[in-house]
Amino acid sequence: MTGLADRLTPEQIEDFGREMDEIRQRIVADLGKADVDYIMNVIKTQRGLEIAGRGLLFAGFFPPAWLAGVAALSLSKILDNMEIGHNVMHGQYDWTRIPELSSQRFEWDTVAPAENWRHSHNYIHHTFTNILDKDRDIGYGILRIDPAQKWHPYYLGNPVYATLLAFIFQWGVMLHDLEFDRIVRGERKWSDNKEVGAKMVKKAARQVGKDYLLFPLLTGPLAPLTFVGNASANLVRNLWAFSIIFCGHFPADVESFTEEETENETRGHWYLRQILGSANITGGKLFHILSGNLSHQIEHHLFPDIPARRYPEIAAEVRAVCEKYGLPYNTGPLHKQLWSVAKKIVKLALPGPKQEPAEPTTVSRELKAA
Amino acid sequence: MSKLASIAEALLTPHGMDRYLELIDPMLVRREIRGVVTDVRRQTADTVTLTLRPSRAWRGFTAGQYVRVSVDIDGVRRTRCYSPVGSQHGGALELTIKADPEGLVSRHLWRHAEPGMVLGLSQPDGRFTLPARRPGRLLLISGGSGITPVLSMLRTLADENYQGEVVFLHYANSAEDALYREELINRDAVLAYTHAEGGDLHGFFSREHLAGVAPWYRTAETYVCGPKPLMDAVRSVYEADGLSEQLHTEEFTPPELKFDTANATGTVRFAHSGKEIENSGRPLLEQAEEAGLTPEHGCRMGICFSCTKVKSAGTVRNALSGELSGEENEEIQLCISVPLGDVEINC
Repeated sequence: MTGLADRLTPEQIEDFGREMDEIRQRIVADLGKADVDYIMNVIKTQRGLEIAGRGLLFAGFFPPAWLAGVAALSLSKILDNMEIGHNVMHGQYDWTRIPELSSQRFEWDTVAPAENWRHSHNYIHHTFTNILDKDRDIGYGILRIDPAQKWHPYYLGNPVYATLLAFIFQWGVMLHDLEFDRIVRGERKWSDNKEVGAKMVKKAARQVGKDYLLFPLLTGPLAPLTFVGNASANLVRNLWAFSIIFCGHFPADVESFTEEETENETRGHWYLRQILGSANITGGKLFHILSGNLSHQIEHHLFPDIPARRYPEIAAEVRAVCEKYGLPYNTGPLHKQLWSVAKKIVKLALPGPKQEPAEPTTVSRELKAA
Repeated sequence: MSKLASIAEALLTPHGMDRYLELIDPMLVRREIRGVVTDVRRQTADTVTLTLRPSRAWRGFTAGQYVRVSVDIDGVRRTRCYSPVGSQHGGALELTIKADPEGLVSRHLWRHAEPGMVLGLSQPDGRFTLPARRPGRLLLISGGSGITPVLSMLRTLADENYQGEVVFLHYANSAEDALYREELINRDAVLAYTHAEGGDLHGFFSREHLAGVAPWYRTAETYVCGPKPLMDAVRSVYEADGLSEQLHTEEFTPPELKFDTANATGTVRFAHSGKEIENSGRPLLEQAEEAGLTPEHGCRMGICFSCTKVKSAGTVRNALSGELSGEENEEIQLCISVPLGDVEINC
């Protein structure tokens, strides 16, 4: 792993930061009606799919209707959580001052309460991206996902934990905010969880109430089918969100950092860390939308509060700047990134070498080879 | 019905019913208040008069109050305050908006308002209203587009078949600029033209005007709304006569607020721009401007919510109410929020 500071000279880092700032300023100055129209259209599509999905399950005795209902509801939940919820809650549309698009007011269709998540995600994860012992998204306190995490026999179960997490991802995201790992280490008390815990119970009760009680009951004799249908839609969303998110920070070449090397960080350094700590996924337009544009995780980490629909537009430019400074730009198709993550999870289940053999996925290495 | 509604809300959690109803028709919303424009007319060259039908959550207003009107301009929701002109006893909502040469919202509405347009509304607010027990004598004075809350009072009194004595004195530049001219003439109002002949009176407000139209003004309640010079002129006459308590004004200009600048501590950090300055003890809007930022704002007096930003950390005092807010990620109005110690604003 290369230290942050030895990659570029301090002047280069500041120049690099300025180029990033320029991209940001250009997009911010251009924000307008088109961005609002876009997200409002996505919202309309999501609500339409939701109503269609719920409606089709009333005809769930007819297998094609059940399948179509589950598909529509899965897509609705995916759009709601990824392209709408995640991005709105980042404050990407706060400039519009439209209450429905306000990061402080939005609530998403998943059990994790928006307020808890905003703190752990927007603040902790986005500020301390991939800093060991600070960014609690490194392995989510359950997995060993970075060779610098100290091995423990517990991690022999790494692949099992990861698979389980994928299936119950929405609950994992919710429980993440209880910070079990820090309680185990004695850094946090149970009583500190009173407030976040109360919010979880309230939100989860509502979500469970509609998906597993009210809507099944409304379909009368079809209740079991509706129950299974809603559970399936939640499962599809869980697997999808898990895959996209794990490909964002954990493929083989993504780097992590120590607290010491990020002390007194400048804005240029911060940008640099975001690039080294994130990975993109290639794909078509629909794929990008369904991933909430987290397929542009690098651009998202550089500019978390710019509307995500703008990431594809600036990706080529960001990549060109990275090439100019000889920085890696980690990207690849979903199957490749997932495979890379899976291998890493299995490998790190065992006490392993601190240094991982590199995979030729980064631009800088491609450049050196060329 | 309310049981059905609460089941519907439980089914449509977390977004709520309005977010689905509005997809069918923006006016179907149950909680939010909106108004659809049913009629547009332009009485004078630089004003537009809108008639709106409010959505079901609207609970009516009291003559003299204002509502917050929102419209999306280039993707950004802009909110301004306007006083309804109609009688409080009517169902529709009438707004007359003067296109301020610098005004983003007023110019937008003046130019683009048409029947079918849907605007955001709030419940009414404001204490510039007649007492519930109507006084025996009333003097209503307005200037320019300041006519709106005062004409609403006059129309309300007419609907109530008010038996007391009332005089309406309206100032306009000229007959062409006089809003609601025909109606005012029909209602026996006194028209004063400041820049043209032909009115009942000529020139700016004076003690002579006052004594001429309402010699009994000392025994009346007086309501005035208009440009600052008119308000100041009326106020100074009433002050000189020791009648300030009988004078009621609609302040569309900021009240004087006192700030403790000597004991200010801490640093104000504007997170988005990275700017940091020493807390001067003045409202955050002024401090942001001193730091070279140009946050959007409107009234600068805590009414319009244009300058609302998220405070990510620290405590501020609301200079109007004195209330403290110390929660993280709270929305505050920059123009009336004064930092107490270190504060961080997303701006």
